[in-house]
Amino acid sequence: MIEVRKVSKMLAGMAVLEDVDFVVPDSGGVVILGRTGAGKSVLLRVMAGLLAPDSGVVAFDGRLLEFGPLADNSEAMEQLGYVFQGGALFDWLSVVENVALPLMESRRTGRRKAVEAAQRVLWRVGLADAAGFRPRELSGGMTKLAAIARALVADPKYVFYDEPTAGLDPITRDRVCGLIRELRDTESRASVVVTHDLETVRRLGGQVFMLRRGRLLPVSDVRKEDYEPECA
Amino acid sequence: MLSGWAVLLGRSFALPWDVVRTWPRFLDQLFRHGVSAIPIIALAAVFVGLTTAVQTSYQLLGIVPKYFVGMGVGRMLLIELAPVFAGFVVAGRSASAIAAELAAMRVSEQIDALKVMAIDPYRFLCLPRILATAAALPVLVVLMEVVATAVALVAASVLGVSTATFTYGFTRFVMMRDFWGGIAKSLLFGLAIGASGCYYGFSAAGGTEEVGRAATKAVVTSATLILLFDFLTAIAVFGR
Repeated sequence: MIEVRKVSKMLAGMAVLEDVDFVVPDSGGVVILGRTGAGKSVLLRVMAGLLAPDSGVVAFDGRLLEFGPLADNSEAMEQLGYVFQGGALFDWLSVVENVALPLMESRRTGRRKAVEAAQRVLWRVGLADAAGFRPRELSGGMTKLAAIARALVADPKYVFYDEPTAGLDPITRDRVCGLIRELRDTESRASVVVTHDLETVRRLGGQVFMLRRGRLLPVSDVRKEDYEPECA
Repeated sequence: MLSGWAVLLGRSFALPWDVVRTWPRFLDQLFRHGVSAIPIIALAAVFVGLTTAVQTSYQLLGIVPKYFVGMGVGRMLLIELAPVFAGFVVAGRSASAIAAELAAMRVSEQIDALKVMAIDPYRFLCLPRILATAAALPVLVVLMEVVATAVALVAASVLGVSTATFTYGFTRFVMMRDFWGGIAKSLLFGLAIGASGCYYGFSAAGGTEEVGRAATKAVVTSATLILLFDFLTAIAVFGR
């Protein structure tokens, strides 16, 4: 279980997060909806220990995350897969090497076993044919799928997705949503998805929150009218 | 700022090292910052050798015996010119490249990606780069010394100092302390270059304009540290 307790964060003099308080259960999914610039990615980065909150705490299975230059959250991070909005794949590695990297460097798996595991995950996300490609040779959708594969390869308990469907065509978006749902529902991997896309929220379902003016509000039934005035 | 440098060096070099995993990354960086720098170092060495021979001959010929040209060229090259010139060349080439590469990784969230994969980015990215520049620079300095001395020998003979006379001055008056002093300072310069590149690359925050800014800061800081370490080793090694 990931507990986010009373987290607040100011950026450039603006309260981006204010007393954000919620729990990610061991299985099931949380979807955080918000317009562009609402602070969704900031919240996800705080939850992963990448950005220090001004106040509040984040705990992975009861262990508080540390923040600051000497922080070492490797134990918590070994339970986490994180899909960055832009993929954050390493340019100098091929797709399969990118996916194998967490196993080789963090889990100390031998290269051959790590590459075999990476190929299995790439096959699963439908990217087996692109294993030898460099990240610059991938389309936007393929980059997202490769990033998902890298997040999954070390068998994490939790997976964070930062705008997993942003910029994707409807077919690829459906494919990514289906994959996230499958991982969450059939493999009981807890997921936290942040998105500005209502269609993605509808397709993923689960526990939905809306981030508005720094506050995280539970939403039982997301309607277009709730959301669109924010965009105006 | 000092705490940032302390964190960078502390986290990069703290034991235990994973030698097996660091070695291939170190070799890759050694190729980029050492082997690939050989042509520019050799070219710089030709001009350093030519200029040193011409300047030394101009200042000494007719005043002192000719073999002093060999001594002057040798000691200038070994103690000062080769380490500092090679340091500046590698600073301009490698500190900027390291800072730009790491800053680009920072702004595209690749360094954050390492953290969430439970991979220490200091060990993964900084350690091999700092070790590589520190290991490469002394070798490049020796290369510059050899090429520059050979070129100076030829240039001096054109200017009226025979090879035998030049060699006598060089071998009679140049001491091992001159050589090792230059090598010791080049090791410090190499550490400063790698650490500056990594520090400013990791410190980049914001958009792509930060990449260029990080590269500029890394080169300026490397050059400043080279001058500072040059002075400190001058006092420590040659101060009496």
